[in-house]
This record gives sequence, C-alpha cells and structure tokens, in this order.
Amino acid sequence: MTTASGHAPAEERVEQMVGNLLRIGVLFAAAVTLLGGIAFMIHHGSLTPDHSVFRGQPEMLSSLSGVIAGAVALEPAAIVQLGIVLLIATPVARVLLTLIAFASQRDWMYVLISAIVLVLLAYSLIVG
Amino acid sequence: MNVLELSILIFSGALAAGLLGALTGLGGGIVIVPLLTLVFKVDIRYAIGASLVSVIATSSGAAAAYVKEGFTNVRVGMLLEVATTVGALTGAFVAGLVSPRVIAIIFGLVLLQSAWQTTRQRVEHVVGGPPDRIASWLRLDSSYPTREGPQYYQVQHVPLGFGIMYVAGILSGLLGIGSGVVKVLAMDRAMRLPFKVSTTTSNFMIGVTAAASAGVYLHRGYIDPGLAFPVMLGVLCGALGGARVLPNFKTPRLRLIFAIVVVVMAFEMLYNGITGSI
Repeated sequence: MTTASGHAPAEERVEQMVGNLLRIGVLFAAAVTLLGGIAFMIHHGSLTPDHSVFRGQPEMLSSLSGVIAGAVALEPAAIVQLGIVLLIATPVARVLLTLIAFASQRDWMYVLISAIVLVLLAYSLIVG
Repeated sequence: MNVLELSILIFSGALAAGLLGALTGLGGGIVIVPLLTLVFKVDIRYAIGASLVSVIATSSGAAAAYVKEGFTNVRVGMLLEVATTVGALTGAFVAGLVSPRVIAIIFGLVLLQSAWQTTRQRVEHVVGGPPDRIASWLRLDSSYPTREGPQYYQVQHVPLGFGIMYVAGILSGLLGIGSGVVKVLAMDRAMRLPFKVSTTTSNFMIGVTAAASAGVYLHRGYIDPGLAFPVMLGVLCGALGGARVLPNFKTPRLRLIFAIVVVVMAFEMLYNGITGSI
C-alpha cells in the first residue's frame, strides 16, 4: 500500500501528527501572546516607549522559572513572554515527537540524531 | 508617541513584511531587523530577538501544511538540523562577542545577497543522480507527490550540504533570520533535492534552527515582550494572509519591488554599521 507522496503509511501517520503538533503549538502560543499583549496595552499602553538603548530584561522575563512565576502572578509582560516560550518550545516538541516516532520504527540511527538535536535545544532553552 | 501607538505602527509594519515575505517566497524575517532598527530606531539586539521569534512562528505555521502533504523530507531535515543547531548556537555566542556595528555590516551584505538571489531566474538543476553511498547509508532517498504520482529521487553530496547548513545556522543565530536562502542553496544545488522538497524541508528546519538561538537570546535579555508581541503577531497574520492569496497572484513585479526595498535597507545597514550610528 502506498500513499500519494510515496511514503510508507507509518511515515505518513507521523507526518500528520507532526503537522498537527506544529499547527496547534503556533496557534496556542499566538493566543497566549495576544492575551498577554492586550493586558500589556491596558497596563502600559500610555507609557512612553524606549527601545533605543539596550538594557536587557529583568530575571522575571529572561529565565524559564521567572517567566512561569510571573505569568502565574498574571503579570502582562510575563504572559507575553510565556507565549514566546511556548512558541520556542513548539519546534522542540516536534523534535521530541520525531524521536519517539523513529524509536517506534526501531530506526536507532535517527533516534540518535534526533537526541543530539534535542539536547542542543534543551541546553539553549534551559541553560542559555 | 505612547506604547500603544508605537505597537500599532510596528504591528502594521510587521504585517506588511509578513505579507510581502510570503508572496515573494523570501520570508518576512529578513526585513524585520532593518525595519525595526532603521525606521523605529530600536537597538539591534532587541530587533534580532523579536525577529527570531517571528521567524519561528511563520516557518512552523507553513511547515505544518507542507509536512502533511508529504513534500518534506523528514530524515534530511532531522540530519541537517544537527548542523544548523550547532551553527545557531555558534552564531548566538559570537553575537555576544562582536559589536552591533559588525552585525549591521554583515546584515547589510546578507541583504544584498538575498536581493540578488530574488531577482535571478531560477535555473532548473538536474534532480538526483546515481546512488550515493552516504545518502543510502543514512536512508535519505525518498519521494514526493506530483500530479503523475509519487516521484522518487536520490540525494547527493551529503557532507557538502551539511557544511553549508552549518553556515546557514551561524547566520540565523547571528542575525535573527531564518536564512532560508542559504538552506535552499544547500539542498537544491548541493544535495540535488527537487526544488519543492528543498523549500519545504528548509521551512521545516527553520523553526528548530531559530529555537536554538532564541533560547540563548531569551536568557541574555534580547527578547523584549513589548516589542516581540506586535512583531510576532504582525508577521504571522501577514504570512497567513499571503499564503491564502498566493495561488492567484502574479509575483515578478512584486519580487522586483521587494528586492529594491531590500537593497535600500542593505545600504542603510552598511552605512550605519560603518559610521557607527547603530
């Protein structure tokens, strides 16, 4: 049995799952960012912006734990940042899903390749 | 001007960039940094952070559709992501060491190269070739759907493609762009993948590449929520709209206009980088 793309049915199932994961991840992250953005405008919309000098971000907006704690406390900027973290996490979840799919096909070489990419992404997101 | 008014302006600019990026196939990411630094006088580090975030959103959104249609070569993408993520981390670390002036100059050169690439006619290359030892060992050969049924192809020159991908990763991490042009170059020219497979697999990889450097930038405080949210939502809406109208749209004139805009931005970036006014 072949598919329109000529890929094996098992591979095509994985492609459908990957596609759905990416779509849901992006839409969910965008929705959280939008909610945070609206709250941000209500709280800070009338302030004078200044992005011309680089000052970095406080701990609450530049570490995973800070962003989560801030979002739980309903801090608008932290909710926006949570949306962005969810967006960054979407491709990471995609790599994890492909790793699981390769493992279920006993394709160990690609399990290893996916694991290398996953470790690099986790290092970046957690350690920075 | 207050935060609300500025955000609406930035959203509109990002919307236009996303729309043009989707219609010309160049992606909106490449013009976001010049737009923010040159027009809105944003520090280039904040601009790069916001741009990377928008790149993840648009590429993942587009990749979702392509991978379901079976164009994307998941194995090729996964393998080359090793090169692009290492490159992206390299680029993000280098960005912390060099001055914004150097980044502006490199950005200007990359913009010029992209504009030149956009206006050139795409030359059809020979797809595939004889069985390649490394590609067979890694089981990279695959097929994609065409009107006449599945079309099979054999992948060539894997080490060369891998090397070019490392460079694409560095540029992505250093400049906050998707560097889709370089990714397509590696797969289309070096690895002899069919063009449709090259572009869709490039899209598939851009999100992972950008996520690798975005983590570093988040910790370094480059991602400003007040700036990232109008940029991300604007580019995403523009790209979704662009993808919808694309099938009934003639693009040559639009590509030319976009290329001229990119060239103007390139010279501005070079000028600002050289004179140090960035």
